[in-house]
Amino acid sequence: MTRRPSRRATAGQWLLLLAVVAVVWALLRSAGHNLAQRNMSLGFGFLGDQAGFDIPFHLVSWTTFDTYGRALLVCSLNALLVSVMGVVASTALGLLIGVMRLSANWLVRNTAVAFIELIRNTPQLVQIVFWYAAVLQALPSARQSLAVPGGILLNIRGLYLPRMITGPDGSFLPWLAMLVLAGTPFAWRLRIRDARIGVKALLLPLLAAALFLADVDRIEWPALKGFNVAGGIGLPPELVALWAGLSIYSAAFIAEIVRSSIQAVPRGQQEAALSLGLKPRQRLLLIVLPQALRLMVPPLTSQYLNLIKNSSLGAAIAYPEIFEIFAGTVLNQSGREIETIIIVMAIFLVINLLTSALMNWYNRRVALVGR
Amino acid sequence: MSGVILKFLGCCTVLSCLVGFAGEARAQSTIKSPTLEAVKQRGQLNCGVDTGMPGYAFQNSSGQWDGLDVALCRAVAAAVLGDPDKVKYVGLTSKVRFTVLQSGEIDMLIRDTTLTFTRNTQLGLNEAVINFYTGETFMVRKNLNVAHVKELDGATICVITGTTLERDIADYGRANHVKINTLLFDRPEEAFAAANAGRCDGYTDDGGSVAAARSGMQHPDDWVILPEVISREPLGAFVRQGDEPWSNIVKWTHYAMVEAEALDISQSNLDEVKKTTTEPEARKFLGLEGDFGKMLGLDNDWSYRIVKSVGNYGEVYDRYFGPKALGLPRGLNELWNHGGLQYVLAWQ
Repeated sequence: MTRRPSRRATAGQWLLLLAVVAVVWALLRSAGHNLAQRNMSLGFGFLGDQAGFDIPFHLVSWTTFDTYGRALLVCSLNALLVSVMGVVASTALGLLIGVMRLSANWLVRNTAVAFIELIRNTPQLVQIVFWYAAVLQALPSARQSLAVPGGILLNIRGLYLPRMITGPDGSFLPWLAMLVLAGTPFAWRLRIRDARIGVKALLLPLLAAALFLADVDRIEWPALKGFNVAGGIGLPPELVALWAGLSIYSAAFIAEIVRSSIQAVPRGQQEAALSLGLKPRQRLLLIVLPQALRLMVPPLTSQYLNLIKNSSLGAAIAYPEIFEIFAGTVLNQSGREIETIIIVMAIFLVINLLTSALMNWYNRRVALVGR
Repeated sequence: MSGVILKFLGCCTVLSCLVGFAGEARAQSTIKSPTLEAVKQRGQLNCGVDTGMPGYAFQNSSGQWDGLDVALCRAVAAAVLGDPDKVKYVGLTSKVRFTVLQSGEIDMLIRDTTLTFTRNTQLGLNEAVINFYTGETFMVRKNLNVAHVKELDGATICVITGTTLERDIADYGRANHVKINTLLFDRPEEAFAAANAGRCDGYTDDGGSVAAARSGMQHPDDWVILPEVISREPLGAFVRQGDEPWSNIVKWTHYAMVEAEALDISQSNLDEVKKTTTEPEARKFLGLEGDFGKMLGLDNDWSYRIVKSVGNYGEVYDRYFGPKALGLPRGLNELWNHGGLQYVLAWQ
């Protein structure tokens, strides 16, 4: 049991807190005063004003009649999208490179070393711009689009996928499909007469897919029209370049985390697995990685947080994320510098605190329970 | 007795000194500008300019700052400090430019910045003078066979973010029922690269910057500048509100360059005109008659120094935008008596 702090210590902590609050208050007051001197004011009412500019890539609907507040939502979602894609890709790539780094094969091991050293020691922004230039140079112009089988078009303006147009609004089929999908893990654990349903539950996602397809009214195929491809879902090259830049950079750091965590698993475990006659792959997947995983989680969290923050570098290559749209265009049009920067910081803070909380929860689940 | 006389004389001296000081103080107090005082004390003008935009502000092959905006900085330094080289240039991005001026780090902002209603009223800034009249212009690839902005429906255009341009494009699209897609870049370098690679069909900015961008393309001849100008972009100088005398100095420095052109006074004939002229307009301009420099809180040679160090407005324009430079026709930036908008308030 922890010792209760003395009364004096408690009073000291409260005093310190009061001092901090007083300093923050004084700063805000002086900022407000200085602004008032220049006939300016602090306020967040501008979020309701009409934005009047176009955002080239958006996950939710966006028109030029929407407000600055909606622009904030649109660009936050764009930042979240590339962050989530980056976290998944960098983890997979980092794991692969980290394991390669420990390979007994000279070529495999040194390929991983070269990758890590090259990526870790060059600036992230330079890499993102490099991938952007590389992506742009590699792709054909819009009028010479590559037709990928399945109605997919690829050109310098992006990757265009066919879009399924669903039936009239209010149809309950997609909702039912989602419900069925959500119920799958529960069905997996369900027991009927002491027998688990188990793998048979995988029929449910198939049912969900069928329900969803039944609702599809028609398919919109991307096609060349005027300057650009029209119709379908377009993924811009900026997204791909930023995704590659963020994932590859973080993967180099994650690979080192993976390597150190694997090496931190006591050698005795490897030897025990060897003496049980497990094959190399089994040793890695069943014995070493599960134990290394719990060592990886805390440093991985910092890498994920870094990746999310670095998504703001997308501004350099025209990916419409928070920093470019909100701390760029909106800041400039509204002239509300202090407010927009506060909002941008608050959003990154919230996203990162949530990520951190999620990772800590996961860490507690996989950590060794001290007895 | 002699002691009394001495005391009396002493008193007189002290009194006359005081009166003298008071008189001096009154003459000074008519022009009281904190910025002017600070600049003089520092011996250097802090001028906020673009980080690098051909025509307006850029570092030339010998590493010196050069350009139309830089010329105004040099002219103000020549007028105030007597030396056009006593300038510290602060390269600013469009995002931070106003904050840096508001906080007092620079004395004036001249960064191909559009003078607008909201910037004047909401940012606590004074729009001292317009040194370049232009408007949003488009440049597209020749092989698209587009002759007018209206034909750009569905096209993708590269834009620098943090400007008035995004909104102008959206407004134009709404008014003319065309959909122009924009791709917003933070810095010109990546925007040029994307345009070069064919990621966008065109590039947009104010007229001068588009001419500059075209000169920076791999194959400038592949690009054509469309005739339409879809917005007004009066570019000019900003200073902080509440220091009107300083605002006046910046304003009249630009006017001095225009007035010099109107009077046919250039860098080359300046000394000769000063020696020989009998025209009252030119004599007033050069400080041979009247006290115009003193009215600004400067000396009467201020306008002579401006023309001596940077030349008149036409010379400056030709140096950076003329046929031998970016090749942008003078258009709106001609003098008022040649069909343009560059006009000087009466020099009276």
